Amino acid sequence: MSQTKLPGWRELPIGSVITEPGNTAKLSFHTWRTFRPVIDKEKCVRCGLCWMYCPDAAIVEVKETYVTKSGKKYEVSYEVNYQYCKGCGICANECPVKAITMVEEVR
Amino acid sequence: MGKVIPLSGNSAIAYAVKMCDVDVVSAYPITPQTTIVEKIAEFIANGELDAEMLHVESEHSALSAAVGASATGARVFTATSSQGLALMYEILFIASGLRLPVVMALVTRALSPPINIWCDHSDFMAAADTGWIQVMASTNQEAFDDVIMAYKLAEDPRVLLPVMTAIDGYIMSHTIEPVEVLEDKDVVLKFAPKNFKRRYRLDPDNPVTIGPLGSPNWYFEFKRQHYEAMKVAKQVFREVVTEFKKVFGREYSELETYMLDDADIVLVSMGGLAGTVRAYVDRARKEGIKLGAIRVKLFRPFPQEEIAKLISNKKIVGVIDRALAPGAVHGGPLFTEVATAIYLNKVDVPLVGFITGLGGRAVTFDHISEVVKHLKKYSEELRELPKEPIFIGVRE
Repeated sequence: MSQTKLPGWRELPIGSVITEPGNTAKLSFHTWRTFRPVIDKEKCVRCGLCWMYCPDAAIVEVKETYVTKSGKKYEVSYEVNYQYCKGCGICANECPVKAITMVEEVR
Repeated sequence: MGKVIPLSGNSAIAYAVKMCDVDVVSAYPITPQTTIVEKIAEFIANGELDAEMLHVESEHSALSAAVGASATGARVFTATSSQGLALMYEILFIASGLRLPVVMALVTRALSPPINIWCDHSDFMAAADTGWIQVMASTNQEAFDDVIMAYKLAEDPRVLLPVMTAIDGYIMSHTIEPVEVLEDKDVVLKFAPKNFKRRYRLDPDNPVTIGPLGSPNWYFEFKRQHYEAMKVAKQVFREVVTEFKKVFGREYSELETYMLDDADIVLVSMGGLAGTVRAYVDRARKEGIKLGAIRVKLFRPFPQEEIAKLISNKKIVGVIDRALAPGAVHGGPLFTEVATAIYLNKVDVPLVGFITGLGGRAVTFDHISEVVKHLKKYSEELRELPKEPIFIGVRE
């Protein structure tokens, strides 16, 4: 969160109107998390279940060539967008190969 | 300018709504308000008013629909009474908090129980802290004029607040008086032009969000804005009545005075009751009693400096309430306002509060005479003023 000074009552649009549509996208929800999901790209089988189940669309499919230590080659990887991830843990729960671990946030 | 026709208070309001070219009317029937929206429905059916009439399933929905319509920029109207206003309570805050210039006619009626459809001001007073501008008329002509002034006041870009225009249930709503009905819509709309382009509204070409979440970081600022708007509303109210007089010739004020200048004893009241008080002042003057009267027309924002100034040099002031707030610092809501006003403005004048006319109990000259008798007693004998209201017209 930025530490910029918030506007005073005289500067705000009246009646709590939001004049810039869709600005929720600029918010960060990282403070909501107690645990953060961490994806192990080595264990991940690229099934896409985490991407499909994430209620906040915070799992991102990244186009990249990735070769595991055992020699498996993937064209995509899955990553977490930590701005939107609220740490619900659904991805870790759904992962069929236990490639996602929930790590406690330390502040 | 117009023609004078016999109209009930409710019909007068309906005619005014027609003259203001209202776009959306959303209401639910409740006695004694019903005939307002019945008359409006008739105007719409006859093609005299081009408006959308929304028949909803409750007053909560009536005001919700009005809020939604107003948010699109439409000029909207609704009307209610008593329990209906009580059911609207939640949405009263939404309309004022979102700064939507909704105009609502309130035909005052006692709140249940016991079920009572007759006049008192308990519904009006219960809505006093919902952030609405509140005015109360005393004649049917004023009921008509109030609606026209209400739109000008509500839609002023400096104000943008909903306005409640009240009349007494039955005493005014169903009583016929001669009313000058303005016939030239253009003149009315020139006086109170629709200004939807000068406020935020739901417009697909220019999207905004109305009614979002306001976390502790944001909420407080909007309440501070609301407070300021109410303060500005008092100034704008004065501008509106001044212009109204210029265009239509009739004069109104936040506080209407009668025989006040040389009065020793002053009665403060509201609504139709103020007419009875006024007539009683004439009688008392013939008997040599120096009685004067103040009628509070604008209740929110409350004209505190103005009333304190008007009563500052008086011998004694009686405040007559037609509502009761059991357990409040004093049972009379109007009394409490006046008492706070004289305290804040450092005016030292003896004040006595009276409660009368609850649930439509008729308030007659005998009752006003009793009030004056009490006031004379307290002004002549140097005895301690009562801390509680004096009930007038209740059986012991």
